[in-house]
Amino acid sequence: MVLKAFFPTCCVSVDSGLLVGKWVPEHSSAVVLAVLHFPFIPIQVKQLLAQVRQASQVGVAVLGTWCHCRQEPEESLGRFLEGLGAVFPHEPWLQLCRERGGTFWSCEVTHRQAPAAPSAPGEDQVMLIFYDQRQVLLSQLHPPTVLPDRQAGATPASTGGLAVVFDTVARSEVLFRSDRFHEGPVRLSHWQSEGVEASILVELARRASGPVCLLLASLLSLVSAVGACRVFRLWPLSFLGSKLSTCEQLRHRLEHLTLIFSTRKAENSAQLMRKANTVASVLLDVALGLTLLSWLHGRSRIGHLADALVPVADHVAEELQHLLQWLMGAPAGLKMNRALDQVLGRFFLYHIHLWISYIHLMSPFVEHILWHVGLSACLGLTVALSLLSDIIALLTFHIYCFYVYGARLYCLKIHGLSSLWRLFRGKKWNVLRQRVDSCSYDLDQLFIGTLLFTILLFLLPTTALYYLVFTLLRLLVVAVQGLIHLLVDLINSLPLYSLGLRLCRPYRLAAGVKFRVLQHEAGRPLRLLMQINPLPYSRVMHTYRLPSCGCHPKDSWGALCRKLFFGELIYPWRQRGDKQD
Amino acid sequence: MEDERSFSDICGGRLALQRRYYSPSCREFCLSCPRLSLRSLTAVTCTVWLAAYGLFTLCENSMILSAAIFITLLGLLGYLHFVKIDQETLLIIDSLGIQMTSSYASGKESTTFIEMGKVKDIVINEAIYMVSI
Repeated sequence: MVLKAFFPTCCVSVDSGLLVGKWVPEHSSAVVLAVLHFPFIPIQVKQLLAQVRQASQVGVAVLGTWCHCRQEPEESLGRFLEGLGAVFPHEPWLQLCRERGGTFWSCEVTHRQAPAAPSAPGEDQVMLIFYDQRQVLLSQLHPPTVLPDRQAGATPASTGGLAVVFDTVARSEVLFRSDRFHEGPVRLSHWQSEGVEASILVELARRASGPVCLLLASLLSLVSAVGACRVFRLWPLSFLGSKLSTCEQLRHRLEHLTLIFSTRKAENSAQLMRKANTVASVLLDVALGLTLLSWLHGRSRIGHLADALVPVADHVAEELQHLLQWLMGAPAGLKMNRALDQVLGRFFLYHIHLWISYIHLMSPFVEHILWHVGLSACLGLTVALSLLSDIIALLTFHIYCFYVYGARLYCLKIHGLSSLWRLFRGKKWNVLRQRVDSCSYDLDQLFIGTLLFTILLFLLPTTALYYLVFTLLRLLVVAVQGLIHLLVDLINSLPLYSLGLRLCRPYRLAAGVKFRVLQHEAGRPLRLLMQINPLPYSRVMHTYRLPSCGCHPKDSWGALCRKLFFGELIYPWRQRGDKQD
Repeated sequence: MEDERSFSDICGGRLALQRRYYSPSCREFCLSCPRLSLRSLTAVTCTVWLAAYGLFTLCENSMILSAAIFITLLGLLGYLHFVKIDQETLLIIDSLGIQMTSSYASGKESTTFIEMGKVKDIVINEAIYMVSI
């Protein structure tokens, strides 16, 4: 295998010295982490390397020598460098050399033991790969997703050579702590040798976050203890709590806040990103909520809204009345059964009358309620939107009731018709065997059955029309609520921090690497530049999406159509905690 | 070492294959596709604008013309950035991996690098020659 030497770009123009790094024998690669300059005392170098090895669990060692001089190394220097190979025994021993100001490098590899097969000297023995140490240290590799049909036994135990390189650099932070201004026995050159990078604000925030997190975590645990107390488990509060989407959203946000302020440190980078994304999501939510609040409370818009609400509800009720009058007449030219039509129409009209009275009863309090609801926007835009969705549900409660009545009537009719249709043909539904069996009926049974069948059949158009109209209205309301839920879901699950990171610091989220061949001369080792290939946005969204409330439509379109046809009630949104069918 | 050969694709456009030999452990193959032809661009633009003008004479709304210009520009930008490939490169590095780069007409480059450990086997796909009788 060709020997690959990974060399940091920050060390390309430093003075001569020793190469310090890690040798990976499985991939025949040498990862150079730093350059140790002359003069040094070998004992101290070995002590430092032993310390680093213990602290970081990375097998750092002296890999070879680095020579950056005016012209080709003289004989004496050459022998001195080779002599160093005896002081720091390492197999194989690398000797990199570069002319000051020159572009081309030379590299020699000496094996202590004679290699099994004689390898050709010169160019195809070594490959030099330059990498940006800072970017590789900070970035995180996202390997392509493994196909689900791979057996668990065939694990990728042989991690790719690049993952090992990234891992080595990331874990050797201990080595990078000593910089040029550090007074120590050895002088190292690496990406932090100009001075360790740090920020005062970050350090202050880190110190302050401990006690602040403790305080907020205790407050939040108090709030969740109050929420979990026995009073809320009793009916009807538990029923309301499960049906109202506001409670669901508040619970969700409480969970998020508990996660953010938990005093446990994030174990791996995935948890850290999740925390950061949650913080960004909460901040965006609160910012949008405060904007909405300032817009609502400015220029007495709440007053206007409250004044407009009752007339709108009145208008909707009036439109419904017109619709029912139309249905009671001859809608779309169809001829209805007069008696049934009148009964159903009057029944629904009475309900609308009740509803209008109820709205008029509530009208003095509407402004106060709206004002307090507007205040809830400071908890976040998602809470305000959930409240809006709940208010819509409450205001269109009469449409929901009509839908339920129409659906139940229609459902009964359909079941009756199907059962009597079977009787008409001389068959019967066998409940024990769950199939249709033939059956001999008596004459009077057949007579009554056929009579009922005819009655139900001729009353079908009327019921079907009422059912159709109210189902359409209900679906309209459900669609509006669905849009609001979609928006809430979007705000809840958007990983803003990851997207911002991908936009501003693309090297932090790496999908892989890319290589570029640098200027090449025959007889010299091949030089490649390794750059980070950033993760595409679609994969960022997919990997770092926050888990949402989980309100997804539980029926497919086919199942929905089937339910509509047979008159079964549809509950489009699966609430968390519902029993699975 | 560089070596260039030219071929033609099924529509008659000119394809150029460049083979570079950097070292015994590294080779590069570079295929350049035919450029966007002025004729097809003019044809598409004229069709879209004539259709928009026809709609305009029906509806007397000048927004249709601005919308048509907007759509043509966006469509052209989208085509150049997402669809029209200028050049495709295959770089093979011994014991490291295989890298495939596609560069689009707008300058965007999309790179995939596959490590040698993940490569299971090599499949040679025969080329198809079209003949007209």
